[in-house]
Amino acid sequence: MAKKVKVLVLGELAEGRLSPGTRELLGGGRDLADSLGARMGIVLLSAAAGNTGAEAIAYGADEVCQVEADFLKNYQPEIHLQVLEKIVKKIGPEILLLAQTATGRDLAPRLAHRLKTALAPDCVALAIDPDSGLLRMTRPVYGGRALAVLVCKTRPQMATVRFRALKSREPDASRSGEIKSVAPELDQSKTKSRFIEKVVEEVKGVPLEDARVVACGGRGMGGAEAYALLDELAQFWGGAVGATRPACDSGWVSSARQIGLTGKIVSPNLYLAVALSGSSQHMAGCGNSKMIVAINKDPEANIFSFANYGVVGDYRRILPPLIQRLKQISKGSKE
Amino acid sequence: MQVIVCLKQILDPEMPSGSFHLDPKRKRAIPPPGTPPVLSPFDENALEAALRLKDGQGAKVIAVSLGDKLARAVVKKPLSAGADELVLLEDPDWEDLDHFASARILAAAIRKIGEFDLILTGRQAADWDAGLVGSALAEELGLGCVTLARKIEIIKDKVRVERVAPDGYEVVEALRPCVITVDSDLGELRQITMPGIFAAKKKPIREWKPADLELSSPAPARCELVDLYLPKRETVCEIIGGESPEEAALKLADKLFDKCPA
Repeated sequence: MAKKVKVLVLGELAEGRLSPGTRELLGGGRDLADSLGARMGIVLLSAAAGNTGAEAIAYGADEVCQVEADFLKNYQPEIHLQVLEKIVKKIGPEILLLAQTATGRDLAPRLAHRLKTALAPDCVALAIDPDSGLLRMTRPVYGGRALAVLVCKTRPQMATVRFRALKSREPDASRSGEIKSVAPELDQSKTKSRFIEKVVEEVKGVPLEDARVVACGGRGMGGAEAYALLDELAQFWGGAVGATRPACDSGWVSSARQIGLTGKIVSPNLYLAVALSGSSQHMAGCGNSKMIVAINKDPEANIFSFANYGVVGDYRRILPPLIQRLKQISKGSKE
Repeated sequence: MQVIVCLKQILDPEMPSGSFHLDPKRKRAIPPPGTPPVLSPFDENALEAALRLKDGQGAKVIAVSLGDKLARAVVKKPLSAGADELVLLEDPDWEDLDHFASARILAAAIRKIGEFDLILTGRQAADWDAGLVGSALAEELGLGCVTLARKIEIIKDKVRVERVAPDGYEVVEALRPCVITVDSDLGELRQITMPGIFAAKKKPIREWKPADLELSSPAPARCELVDLYLPKRETVCEIIGGESPEEAALKLADKLFDKCPA
């Protein structure tokens, strides 16, 4: 008899492919399944699965449960919950993983409740305890000031995982796996909310999550106009501009540009932290950057304890000569 | 219209890093001396949402807080801000509850309150940052749930919610009653005024114990906290100095260009 599916991933699609977070879950989930000597499954809900089943196998899944229906096109909590509750109960995994995305963070707590289990949300590390065989789930708490390790007493052991916490594998087209199509079971009378529309707020330039360089301004920027300087700085590398929560809450910058625990999570090669204190809530969104450069008036600011390089001073006197000099050297090096 | 807002008292998330210490034995943060607790900021956003509904079409706003050692100066703040009533659920057994146990107790209290059109709370408590209680509360009460609201409008028997999405927002309609969790994008809680503080003194406060809610014992924990520790940080910051900020800027430019060319 084939080995049992003990690790189950609830996948998400983005533009007809597996979302980057889903590929990471498959990478991390594969490691867990291997250490348990078990199979890994994935559930994919969509209006049209396309080639994503085969893609999931290439990224590490052994079994794919494909559910296709028009009503699964947009995420609607109560519809997705009903469909998933039945499927997960049927598969009965030991471990259930979701990505901490807009969908995952909405869906997972209610799904956990229906499965009568606990949930460790927004985990940054997952590992099987070699003695007990249980899943150790590590998550930042107190705004990232501390890390908590949780073990779940009920089944499935359920976690949502922060973007970029796990590593995707290189896709291997030669891997074999099984794709099953499952018809969704839905009682429409049980839905209490309805999706009306999605309004996309245009953000100019490179998406924050994809930018190699991010220039981020905090409360110390003093107003919306000052972000033009950050834009010019980021533009030098074709990068993107972000902001802290206080700056977004003040209305200086659209919240689509917020970086931090309740905003976006970025890990660029270079993170330029300007006039921001470096609260743990903010660092949760940028702490994995390869290099952090801090510019702040306050030499005691927390950001200096995260930065590789720092300049103490007023950004108004630092950014203009910095930008000018960068352009100058760049021009010189090309000649 | 009756709107219930659930607010959690937490350690001040803005406390300086130097004040944050853990009790490794009890696996919890030690309340820093001299820094009083606060209401979780996202719960204050939820209160603001409720008060805007009260300003708009009119609503009675009932604030509910659950825990142990609730500081009256902290948990009474909603009354000063404009809420009409306060319900305090306080008991030594109700310290350090997990999300499921919290949701179960809040649900019992809300059933006892009886009448309500909306239940609002923050998207997550700014201490454990889990964002589970609102959703679990909806499940306990068998209600719909809309998370991450940035705008709430009442339309006939429904509620229309704009919820924050990574690249904009979604519009969702839900049947009332339902649970809505509120994002900071909705806006900060209004300023407390002197007339507000005076008015609060006359507002009713109900205090309920486990026996009042007919709850026997807390629900058994489904999750065990096996470790709580401070992350190690190994980064050493090289401060780039100079005679003036401008000079430091030029040195930084050379460094950046070297490490990260365009």
